[in-house]
Formats: sequence, C-alpha cells, structure tokens
Amino acid sequence: MKVSRAYQSELESEEGKGVSSEQIEQLHRRFKQLSGGQPTIRKENFNNIPDLELNPIRSKIIHAFFDNRNLRKAPNGLADEINFEDFLIIMSYFRPIEPNMDEEQLERCRKEKLRFLFHMYDSDSDGRITLEEYRNVVEELLSGNPHIGKESARSIADGAMMEAASICVGQMQPDQVYEGITFDDFLKMWQGIDIETKMHVRFLNMDAIALCH
Amino acid sequence: MAFRVRGTTQEFRFPVWGLLFLALWMLPRVLGVEEIPGHNSHENQGFQIVTFKWHHVQDPYIIALWILVASLAKIVFHLSHKVTSVVPESALLIVLGLILGGIVWAADHIASFTLTPTVFFFYLLPPIVLDAGYFMPNRLFFGNLGTILLYAVIGTVWNAATTGLSLYGVYLSGIMGDLSIGLLDFLLFGSLIAAVDPVAVLAVFEEVHVNDVLFIIVFGESLLNDAVTVVLYNVFDSFVSLGADKVTGVDCVKGIVSFFVVSLGGTLIGIIFAFLLSLVTRFTKHVRIIEPGFVFIISYLSYLTSEMLSLSAILAITFCGICCQKYVKANISEQSSTTVRYTMKMLASGAETIIFMFLGISAVDPAIWTWNTAFILLTLVFISVYRAIGVVLQTWLLNKYRMVQLEIIDQVVMSYGGLRGAVAYALVVLLDEKKVKEKNLFVSTTIIVVFFTVIFQGLTIKPLVQWLKVKKSEHREPKLNEKLHGRAFDHILSAIEDISGQIGHNYLRDKWSNFDRKVLSKLLMRRSAQKSRDRILNVFHELNLKDAISYVAEGERRGSLAFIRSPSTDNIVNVDFSTPRPSTVEASVSYLLRENVSTVCLDMQALEQRRKSIRDTEDTVTHHTLQQYLYKPRQEYKHLYSRHELTSNEDEKQDKEIFHRTMRKRLESFKSTKLGINQTKKTAKLYKRERGQKRRNSSIPNGKIPMESPTRDFTFKEKELEFSDPEETNEYEAEEMSGGIEFLANVTQDTATDSTTGIDNPVFSTEEDQSIFTKVPPWLSPEETVVPSQRARVQIPYSPSNFRRLTPIRLSTKSVDSFLLADSPEERPRSFLPESTHM
Repeated sequence: MKVSRAYQSELESEEGKGVSSEQIEQLHRRFKQLSGGQPTIRKENFNNIPDLELNPIRSKIIHAFFDNRNLRKAPNGLADEINFEDFLIIMSYFRPIEPNMDEEQLERCRKEKLRFLFHMYDSDSDGRITLEEYRNVVEELLSGNPHIGKESARSIADGAMMEAASICVGQMQPDQVYEGITFDDFLKMWQGIDIETKMHVRFLNMDAIALCH
Repeated sequence: MAFRVRGTTQEFRFPVWGLLFLALWMLPRVLGVEEIPGHNSHENQGFQIVTFKWHHVQDPYIIALWILVASLAKIVFHLSHKVTSVVPESALLIVLGLILGGIVWAADHIASFTLTPTVFFFYLLPPIVLDAGYFMPNRLFFGNLGTILLYAVIGTVWNAATTGLSLYGVYLSGIMGDLSIGLLDFLLFGSLIAAVDPVAVLAVFEEVHVNDVLFIIVFGESLLNDAVTVVLYNVFDSFVSLGADKVTGVDCVKGIVSFFVVSLGGTLIGIIFAFLLSLVTRFTKHVRIIEPGFVFIISYLSYLTSEMLSLSAILAITFCGICCQKYVKANISEQSSTTVRYTMKMLASGAETIIFMFLGISAVDPAIWTWNTAFILLTLVFISVYRAIGVVLQTWLLNKYRMVQLEIIDQVVMSYGGLRGAVAYALVVLLDEKKVKEKNLFVSTTIIVVFFTVIFQGLTIKPLVQWLKVKKSEHREPKLNEKLHGRAFDHILSAIEDISGQIGHNYLRDKWSNFDRKVLSKLLMRRSAQKSRDRILNVFHELNLKDAISYVAEGERRGSLAFIRSPSTDNIVNVDFSTPRPSTVEASVSYLLRENVSTVCLDMQALEQRRKSIRDTEDTVTHHTLQQYLYKPRQEYKHLYSRHELTSNEDEKQDKEIFHRTMRKRLESFKSTKLGINQTKKTAKLYKRERGQKRRNSSIPNGKIPMESPTRDFTFKEKELEFSDPEETNEYEAEEMSGGIEFLANVTQDTATDSTTGIDNPVFSTEEDQSIFTKVPPWLSPEETVVPSQRARVQIPYSPSNFRRLTPIRLSTKSVDSFLLADSPEERPRSFLPESTHM
C-alpha cells in the first residue's frame, strides 16, 4: 500500500488522472496477488491468470508489459521484471479520455495509445513493422480460429501490407520497395478512425472481482 | 404549418392521383351494377362463357390495388429528388393518405378503409421489426445495451407517468372543459402515447444519417420500449375496466411483475426461436429453394407465439432476428441470403409505406374526431418537454458510466427524435369505447401527435442535425488494416481486463465469443460455414472481389484488359515479399520463378476512383458481360424448368468435360518440356497462393480473380492453372496460362452444390508452405490467355524491356481477340472459347 501511495501522487501529477487513488489501491492489490507478494512481477506470473490462456495474442500482450519502450526506459530491449510503478505505467495506456482534455492533449493521448499497439507489432524495435512481423501478428491473431490456416493468415497480412503501402506511400518509383510500416505511416492509417472505445478500459468496481481470483 | 406547405405542393399531383383514384373507386360500383344481371341470368341461360364476378375477388383485389397505389406513390415521390431530400417519405405518404382519404370520403361519405389494429399488428408491424432485428449491428447494439435499456424502460415509464399526471393536473384546473375521464384514463393515454415508435424512428432516421451510436440508442430504445408500452397499456386498460376504486396494491405489484415476465418472456421466446431457426437452416442444404422461407416463417412464429402468450411480440421477433442473424447468414447459401435480404427489405419497406399511407387515410373520418384544443395542445407540449427532461436526466446519470459521453447535441437530437407513430395509433384504436368514454378524443389527439411528430419533427430534424453539426455517420469502405487492428484491440482490452482482474465489458464479450466459438457455432453452423465466418477473412475476401471486379470493369471500359499490363510509373506500390525464406535452393527456372518475385504495376489509384464513382453501373455492366461473355452458347441450353432447382448442372458438366479434354492435350504437350507435369503443378500452386497477395488499391494486381466465392452472386471457377515451361520462351515472364480456367459468371449457379459454401477458395486453403511468391495478373482467369508481365522486384530491376512481349497488346483495342493473337504462337486453339460471341 505504501508503494501505491508513493506513486499515486506522481502518477496523478505526471500522467494526469484517469487512474484515481482508489483504483490504484485496487490495482496494487491485484499486483500483489499476481506477484505472490513480491515487489516485482516476472513473465511467469502472468501465466497464472486462467482467463488469459484463451487469448490468441497473449504472448504479445505479456511481452508488452516488459517492453522497455512501453515502460519508457530504453529504446529497446526487454525488462526481466517490472515493479508496481511500471505496471501502472502500462495500465495508464488504457485510461479513458477525460472530458476536459483539450485538442492537443487528446492528440497526445491518442498517439500514446497507438504507440503501444505499434510497439506490440514491431517486435524487433527497429521502428518499422516489417512484413515478417506483420505476418507474425496476423497469424497469432487468427490462431484462435482453427479453420484458418497459416497460409491464409499470411496472405491476409500481405494484403494488409499492400494496403498500408498504398495508403502511406501512394507513389513509388518502380525499383523502390516498401520496407515496412513506420510509426508515422501507422498514424496515417489510423487517421479519421475513432479509437475512443477501442483502447479504453474503465477501471471500475474491480474490488470484488480482483479478490475472488 | 409544414403540413399546409406540403399540402400545396401535393396539389400539383392531385389531378393525377385524383383521376387514378376515382377510376379505382368507380370500378367496383360500375362493375357491381353489371354483375347482378349477369348473375341473375346465369340460371336462365345455362352455361355462360364469361361471367363477371367482382364480389368473388373484391377483397384481395382492393388490397392489391391499395398496395399498388402506395408503391406507385413511392415512385412518384422519388421522381423528384429535391422533394425527397427535404421531406421525409413518411410525411409525404401521410399527406397522400389524407388526400386519398378525402377522395374516398367525398365519394362515399363513409370511411371504409382504415388502419385496423389487427392488420397492423399481425401483418404490417412484424416485417418491419424483423428487418430491424435481422440487420441489427449486434456489436453496437450490445455495446450500448445498458443505455438503451435505461431509456427504453425508465424513459418510457417516466414519459407515461409525467404526461398522464400532468394532463390530469391540467384537467383538474378545468381548462379542458368537461370531460368524463379519470386519472386512470389519463395514465392509460399517457402510457400509449409515451412510447417512441420504431417505424417512425426508422423512417425518419434512415434519411438523416446521424452517427451510429446516436442512431442505435434512439432506435434501440424504440424497439425495446415495446415491452414497457404493452405492460403499461394492459395494466391501465384493466385498471380502467376494473374501476379506479377497486385497484389494490396487489394489482400494482402484479403489474410490475408482469413487466418482467412480459419483457423477459418475449426475449426468451425470441431466443428460442432464433435457436430453432439456426438449427433448421443448418440442414437445408438440399432444399435451397425454400431456405429463405424458413427465416420468415420461424421468425413470424416467434411473433405469434409471444402474442399468444401475451408477451412482448416485438421483443420476441427483434431478438429472434438479432440472435439468428449470425448463424443463418453463415448457413444459407449466398443466393438464399440475397433473397432473404431483399425480401425482408421489400416487405419492411412495403409495410412501412402502407402504414403511413393508411395513417393518413384513417384520419379522414369525421366520426372519430373530437376536438379539444387544450387537451391536444397540452399533450403535444407535455410529450416534447418531458421527453427532453427525461433524456437530460438519464443522460446525466449515464454519462457517469459511459465510455463515450453523450453530449448536449446528442441529447437534443435524442429528445427531438422521439417520434410517435402507428403503434400508438393502433393501441388507441384498440381501446374499448364502453370503458374509455373519451376514446374519440384520445384517438384524435393521438393522430395529431403522430402527424405532428412525423411530419413536423421529421421535416425539421434534418436541418436541425445539420445546424447542430451532429457527428454524422461516415460510410467507409472496410479496410483490412482497420479490421486487423480492431481485432488486436479487442484482444488487448480483454487481456488487460483479465490482468487487472475485473469483469468489464470486454471481459464479457471475450467470454461470450469464446463460448460462441466453442459451443454455439459448432452446434448451429454448418461445418463448412464454420471456417469461413471470420470477419477478417470476410473483409479480405470482399476486398479481393472488388478488386477483381474493378479490373474487369476497367478492362471492359477500355475495351481491353491490356491496360493492366501497361506498367504505369505512377502510383506504384511495391512491397518486398521476398523476405527471408527458408526454402530450398532449387535449380534453374523454378528457382528463378520463385526468387524473381514480381508484380504487375497498374494505375490502381485512378482505377479506384473510377470504380467508386461509377461503380454500380460498371458492376452491373461487368456482371452482365461476364454472364454473357464466355459460355453463352451453352447457357442457352439450360433452361430446364424445375420448381426445386434453380440451375441444372448440365452446362457445368459440359464445361468440365471440355476442360478435361483440353487439359489432357495440354498435359501431353508438357511432357515434352523439361519441367514436366510436376513442375506445372507446383506452379499452379504458386498461382493460387499469389492471388491472396493482391490487394485493392495497391497497384500490384498479383493475384487473380477470386474464385469460388460463396459470398458473391457470380462465381469464378478455376479448375486448374498451369504454366507452360518458362524456359521454352526464354523469359520467366512467359508463363502462360493454359486454357484450364473455367470462367463461370452465372448468377444462379448454385455454388453450394455441396459443402463448398465454405471456403474452397484456394487462398484460404492450407497448403504446404513453400514460401513462394510469384505474381500472376488477375486477368488471367477471365481472359483465358495470359502474358503475365512479371517484374522482378529485387533481383531484377525494372525495365520496360521486360514487357516487350506485351507491346502488341498494349496497342490493341479489342480485348480478347487481340490477346489471342498476341499469344497465338504458343497457344493451342481453345476450342471451348466461343470466340465469336465476344462483344
């Protein structure tokens, strides 16, 4: 609980709301529960969440929790373990948009959320989603459906890549090759699409539920 | 006001309608007179060659004529685009109804045609509600279910109570004069006038195009509030007949209990019938022709069943539609699905037309009119004001819990969009005059309220929405990336909820979709359908198909498909597909083939724009041409009448036979080449895989026309693809397609001759991964002959010389024939190509 208090003020000043102190306490309780009382969480701890097992992109999501880029620590690499502060940082990516945000804040918020997704796709941290990476993600995404083969997943990824290329680049020299989706391209693709409902979790009434797990 | 303006415009058409109508009206009278002597003389003169039996057909005849009039009216309205863009159709229909009603009355002095509750509830309402349920955007609906329920339940109760009580209050003050009504009558009236009407809301909002969330909230409310309306109406109706002094607390409690029974029971009935329906459609493979009938019959039964059990029928049929849509759409064949779609739309829109027209006609009946200015005006004021207050209060409450806030503007539209309609009218007509003394007053007030909301509010809501700059719904073409990312977000959100240990919306959705996939889909879907039901696959498939169509369309337009081969240097998009692959290094040509990943460039951007602008016409043209193009001679043979089958497979067999014969010839010739059959087969696989890479809007049409698409109404059938030996022609680009493509564009073809409803599409089939990507132009299939302009992407830089073989084609203006010419040196005669039928 001390930990949470310490970061609470920091978070609220720095991140600016979205996660209230009450919610932080609850998240902290959950954190303790996941870590088994330890101050840090390792990847293995996530394996104990039964509901997560069915998630087709589970490994990617867990990975994201340990990604230094998401933790704003280093431009690449993976952390071995994260403490509660890091945990909160990751969670704060999902805070809902506040009604009193101005345009600039909204834009920044949106960018951050998209960056999270981008990092998940860009597994080698080179700032580009290459075709190989994209295929990988799509394969995982569709792995939930046993009827869709790897092959179709690949062609879908290829198709999506082409679409991305034509959206982002438009014109190319004949011998030019589209290397991969950069973050700017990524933003371009998201232009005009609302993510209001897509990247938000309301950390509500978690009390009872968190404890019953 | 608006009413009068409309009236004057209507005058212009008046003579036409008047004449038509008078003709209609006179017909039976004149004929009726004639008929009697004919009848009398019948016995006297023995057998009569022709008898005139008007009375025999009178009822259905008149019904059919009315429907015809309503439909013709619709045509006339839409002749002038200006009128329909300003005035909602529902308002026009009401005005038309008033005019027709006036004529009838003038001619006859009795109102012989009115909208009776029986007709309305049994025949006109169900199609509209079923249509709404069946095409309900489920995700949006369930995502906002909480909000919708609050508005539907609390909102309606609030409206009913406040309107009824306020009217009673004013009545006590004596402004309304002397009426013989008590508190309960007022509450009864309040309850029937409170509910927002789904028919009216749909009719008006469909033309306004507000954003999805707003629409689903208003529309969802109008559907779900039926249960509340039914219960309130029944409760107060029985209270009124009991008498105010005999109502006890127990009765009130019973009323509340009956609300839950009625609403939940109706929903349950709907779900049960949806389950039945899904299950039945799973086994209709061999009775394709009656397949669409099941959808209508079983849904209708759900409506009748819950009506029989005095549960909420609207809820039942809504939920039947909502729940069955996924499975039914997956199970029935594409043709049936189109049939269902169109029939449903036709029935719904027809019913809607008739409802509004007859609302107008029913109003012209002096017998029902009792004017009480204070009562009518106050009702109008109260329902508007209390609706607004209710919306604001509830939104304030909801915004505490909603992710996407409902803003002031939304609230204004929601309050203003509270239209009343035929449900209220039908309910008020149902009242028993013996129990409710002032029935006529209620009826006339309801009519005024309905007319006011539909005509005045319907007329002004569009300018209001524009003026307030309400977020409109934008119709975007689905993008593959968007879908993929959307899916990723879903999974991320549910994972975050799992990790943070809470049960939220995403958690529930995730659990539901797991359950659906594991249990429901397995139970209710055809096995072949199960695999094809992935959203992403569908989008992918659709996009591919659009590409294919646009290629052909563009080719048609230019009179040749040659343009596709002309490499334009604009708008080229290149994606390097030759990413590291573990595949073995194979010798010579096959290796070259794999490594020289190449694509054809074409100006897709321009094409895309064209396609958008005139897509529909082009599609039609293409479709038409495709149908006639290749196999016309044989198609002529196949008109065998069968009640149970739409197509005979006759010509398909023929095609197959021809195909096999040709194939054999081709194969023989291949044996002489170095690569032999084995290689060709491998390459064929390449083609298949390749197709998947082609994407719309990309300038690399390195796929081919989607084949065997269960979701289209025409089918490209690709039997097999073969390459000739590239070495032979010195260029790897010289692979040619054998003629082994059968290109069927047969609308009526039964794709589902069996389990192929699923994805037989090679792209989706799991093949051994050879990681080979060879580009094959998409026009391969339609045009039979191929000169794939391959462009080595990485290894071999672009150079026009690669295309030298194409030169003659590019200059050509006639499509197929020139293709044939261009390729003729290596092509064997394609006996199965009806060359003379082109163009």
